[in-house]
Amino acid sequence: MTRIFAWAALLLGCLYFLLPLAGMTEFSLKMRRGVYSFDAYMKVFEDPTFWATFGYSLTLAAATIVFGVLLVVPTAYWVRLKLPQARPVIEFITLLPLVIPAIVIVFGYIRLYNTSSFLPLTGSAFGTDILLTMGYATLALPYMYRAVDTGLRTIDVATLTEAAQSLGAGWFTILARIILPNVLVAVLSGAFLTLAIVIGEFTMAALLNRPAFGPFMQLLGANRAYEPPALAVIAFAITWACMGLIQLVTRFSKHERAKA
Amino acid sequence: MTDTPPRHRPKLRLPVEWLGILPFVLFALLFLILPTMKIVLGAFQSPEGSFTLQNLIDLNTDSIRSAYWTSIKLSLITALLGCAVGFAMAAAVVFGGLPKGIRGPLLTFSGVASNFAGVPLAFAFIATLGPAGLVTLWLKTEFGINLRAMGFNLLSFWGLVVTYLFFQIPLMILIIIPALDGLKREWREAAEVLGATATQYWRMVAFPILFPSLLGTFALLFANSFGAVATAFALTGPQLNIVPIKLFAQIRGDVLGNPNLGYALAFGMIVITGLANVTYIVLRTRSERWLK
Repeated sequence: MTRIFAWAALLLGCLYFLLPLAGMTEFSLKMRRGVYSFDAYMKVFEDPTFWATFGYSLTLAAATIVFGVLLVVPTAYWVRLKLPQARPVIEFITLLPLVIPAIVIVFGYIRLYNTSSFLPLTGSAFGTDILLTMGYATLALPYMYRAVDTGLRTIDVATLTEAAQSLGAGWFTILARIILPNVLVAVLSGAFLTLAIVIGEFTMAALLNRPAFGPFMQLLGANRAYEPPALAVIAFAITWACMGLIQLVTRFSKHERAKA
Repeated sequence: MTDTPPRHRPKLRLPVEWLGILPFVLFALLFLILPTMKIVLGAFQSPEGSFTLQNLIDLNTDSIRSAYWTSIKLSLITALLGCAVGFAMAAAVVFGGLPKGIRGPLLTFSGVASNFAGVPLAFAFIATLGPAGLVTLWLKTEFGINLRAMGFNLLSFWGLVVTYLFFQIPLMILIIIPALDGLKREWREAAEVLGATATQYWRMVAFPILFPSLLGTFALLFANSFGAVATAFALTGPQLNIVPIKLFAQIRGDVLGNPNLGYALAFGMIVITGLANVTYIVLRTRSERWLK
């Protein structure tokens, strides 16, 4: 009896999740009348704006990941090693981006960093790009910090540091050659999740007026019929790839550890 | 930060260790705390810069009140349905005696689906339940059911509910499966030995233990949909009257005609998502006592 209910709950749930995926795939293939074709995808790939905005978002994602790693790894390491009393405060701060909606944060940026402020970041395109990267780093902070901190928990930070120090390593060497390789899996998980968040982000990019992939998709959606579902299929594939890569690196590391 | 801290005599030890988190503190101040403070303070300032409660009072117009009410309703309903459906699916996988192989793929898929929000999600639903969508056409040609004539419109409140569930349900599954795993087999056995039926076990043992995590996750889902902009914007454009869309239009073009009213609108959002998240954190700490 329970089993029948269980199957029913699972199958109904799966139906709900599969229908939109089937819907977008089918619709994206219907551009040519009467037959299924990849015309919508061709149209999307021929559009130079697609490549420009996609490249822009990819670049920003890369910048966000590099900045996030440089910010989070030393901080999480230092807090574990020297400042355990600061942990609750730091953890609270890293959770704030889940509490404050992204639209509110970017509203604050626009008002705080306008052209007549102490740091006129929105005055130039490059400055706005930096501001957007910082915004993305903020959005990714909860996930990045949690991932790295969990990674640090599995290694003995204090012993590794002392061993490295007694061999004459400075702080930079310790971080770059001891700590980072040891939490690489966690860092990669955080990085792929950051990529998944940044690549299609709409609100911040639209309000800061930057030519990112999210606003491009929205604009296309308002004006075309068949390209938007094709974009949705592409975006879904990217999200899926990011999550798959996270699983892959995690599994790989377990395998490595089991061998050791 | 990577420099060795300068040596001082023990008596005069400066808190040099705190310098290690200086970059993080600077980042958090500049790009998280100060921008938020700017909004909060702005909500209590008149255009001339003096303290006032007028902005908050001005929120009390028909249009803004109904925007908040629609947003709260939307978040409550999607959180409630998300919790119910997510719980049913998670319980089916954990207790329902289904093949073990289902669990892994379901968790992976939930990870993907909970991140598949925003603009593409809106496209997927337009292609499925929109006027020319797969399901709409199928129901019409095969069964003669006209969704639109039955009062369903994707670009409306209920359309938004159906769409939001696509990221709400997976989030629930991701959070509740570990909690369900934490229910110890001994508790069920103890209840059975004492003569409890399955219903009694659920009502008097499992549910009270799960209650804090259920309510906590509910609060998280509420905040999750309350702050969402992109999905709603891509689905309905700027006309749907919910708070995040209203704020979006206000930031773009000052549609309220008063910049400080915009601050107040954003401040209201922080208060509501803040309350929801505080509930989540408090309840989560309570539920972790049992689930160790």
